[in-house]
Amino acid sequence: MDKENMLDLFREMVLIRHLEERAAELYQEGKIGGFLHLYIGQEAVASGIIAAREPRDRILTAYRDHGVAIAAGIEAKVVMAELLGKKTGTSHGFGGSMHMADVDKNYWGGHAIVGSHLPFAAGMAFADQYREEDNVTICFFGDGATNIGFFHEALNLSAVWDLPVLWVCENNQYGMGTAVKRASALEEIHKKADGYGIPNSRVEGMDVMKVYEAARDAIEHVRNEGPYFLEIMTYRYEGHSMGDPERYRSKEEVGQWEENDPVGIFRTFLLDGGHAGEDELNRLEEGVIDEIQEAVKFAEESPEPTWEDLINTVYVEEYRDEQWPR
Amino acid sequence: MAKITMREAISQALWEEMERDESVFIMGEEVGIWGGTYAVTRGFYDHFGEKRVRDTPIAEMVIVGAANGAAMAGLRPVAELMTINFAFVAMDQIVNQAAKLRSMFGGQFTLPLVIRTVGGGGRQLAATHSQTPDAVFAHFPGLKVVAPGTPHDAKGLLKSAIRSDDPIMFIENATLYQVRGEVPEEDYLEPIGVSKVQRAGDDVTIITYSKMLQYSLDAAEELAKDGIEAEIVDLRTLRPLDMKPVIDSFKRTNRAVIVEEGWRSYGVGAEVAARLYEEAFDYIDAPIRRVAQKEVPLPYNQALEQEALPQREDIIEAVKGIV
Ligand SMILES: Cc1ncc(C[n+]2csc(CCOP(=O)(O)OP(=O)(O)O)c2C)c(N)n1
Ligand SMILES: [Mg+2]
Repeated sequence: MDKENMLDLFREMVLIRHLEERAAELYQEGKIGGFLHLYIGQEAVASGIIAAREPRDRILTAYRDHGVAIAAGIEAKVVMAELLGKKTGTSHGFGGSMHMADVDKNYWGGHAIVGSHLPFAAGMAFADQYREEDNVTICFFGDGATNIGFFHEALNLSAVWDLPVLWVCENNQYGMGTAVKRASALEEIHKKADGYGIPNSRVEGMDVMKVYEAARDAIEHVRNEGPYFLEIMTYRYEGHSMGDPERYRSKEEVGQWEENDPVGIFRTFLLDGGHAGEDELNRLEEGVIDEIQEAVKFAEESPEPTWEDLINTVYVEEYRDEQWPR
Repeated sequence: MAKITMREAISQALWEEMERDESVFIMGEEVGIWGGTYAVTRGFYDHFGEKRVRDTPIAEMVIVGAANGAAMAGLRPVAELMTINFAFVAMDQIVNQAAKLRSMFGGQFTLPLVIRTVGGGGRQLAATHSQTPDAVFAHFPGLKVVAPGTPHDAKGLLKSAIRSDDPIMFIENATLYQVRGEVPEEDYLEPIGVSKVQRAGDDVTIITYSKMLQYSLDAAEELAKDGIEAEIVDLRTLRPLDMKPVIDSFKRTNRAVIVEEGWRSYGVGAEVAARLYEEAFDYIDAPIRRVAQKEVPLPYNQALEQEALPQREDIIEAVKGIV
């Protein structure tokens, strides 16, 4: 990766961090409703993986999706507008925090039923295979999602049909409040892929360069040889969602992981490696702060979607029922 | 016009649409080498090849889920669920995903999905394999639910379903595959969401669909012997529910019997009756009757199974009770 790309990647991770912090504030102010799952601590995963994709490669993830959206190239203001339920948001205000997608950026959501999007990934990869296009579908999901049936059916199908999917498990150690070992028969989650004959590996996820390198190789593998499974070891610093009392872990544990802050690690890497100076990184960070401010302004000033807008999303074709949608 | 079976009509629709459009493919358990559990896709595998006739593992969640993904990515999957009873295993992918994906993401993409499946009782398969839960699926906005009662409609509606950009549950009935009917030789489509008068009459309106259409037609012949002429409106599609032909008919007959194979409570009959009360109250001359399945898990025992299922005599009795 050249210097310019590294600085872009750094800026992106800082942008995710600031966006999430601002979102938390807006939630406390009552401007964001519903559930809000923050990505703070996991930035290196989305950024590292997606830095290695080609624009033609598809991305899907679960509901912890703002960071993935930013890494997929969606503008912060569009993410913010969706958080505020506005027409200018990724999903025109109909999806909210958990359901962001931008098909033009090959970002296919944002899915909130745990594991439900893994079958989609298999189907999308099948569509690419069917049309003989060498796209890769990158599917992110949590450790908790590896215990639900969707996971097993989708992995199995990807192997049986030799589908070009990169399965990316973000092992942040917990599914809500349940630690991996309390929910999963295998603690080394990547080994579940062995059961389906899918090559796999486990990667340190707080160092974005390591994630990037692993993703580059894995994507190469998928493009040429079929499915691959990456387990990325990471940690979320905030609660599962807003208002989580966090009774399942100690402050010390969180503190230990905070010492391995992915943004901090990358900053040190850039400085120590002579890729950038303090001033340069600080300037980038200031730019991010401005961008977030403008994003909030944009979102607040954006129009609400209308009832008409909503109706138009439900069916494509004629719907002959005088009572609908009463 | 040739008389062909429902099975042939459905098979022809699939075949012709696959010939017409390269993006159409079928997937499901035993659709390929076996030729379809009900022999609907016999010969497809040899003709279209493994690429377009995909045998899947026994994994309903990923059958519908991968079909959802393929549809999002622009293909036109026809995903077959061996029977509608197994659709419950895939419920999330049908009602949480297929019905909602397009709207929830602001209409960014279409979901041209057809789920072909088959329901109905009367074959001594016991409780888990005999259900007619069509109304369950019709409950969900975002889906369309089609359930034809004649070979003609089955072919025309399935072809429309495959060409549609909306997600559609296409529900067949296991005891109808041998039913014969006239089907045009030339290419034709039937519109989704349009009810159709299948028999004219002035004394009572029977509103029905799928297998119960056949029962209602038989019952109407019996009633005619007693001088009672029933008009039969075939819904053909449960969602959208096209009430116009129903209400037009009811305004003339002022009497209605709604016949469905599924359970009575919260069913198709309940919905149609409510709509009649709402939209044609002034025309009601007699209580609106429902003929439906008695509310038990269907037993294996043949006599008891038939006891629970709606019969032609039940329709005749219901009609005679209000004319
Ligand atoms: C099918 C289903 N069951 C339960 C939930 C509630 N739920 C939301 S997130 C979650 C935990 C998922 O954990 P994991 O997959 O590890 O993802 P993480 O939140 O750690 O990113 C649960 C149980 C859900 N959304 N879907
Ligand atoms: Mg987790």
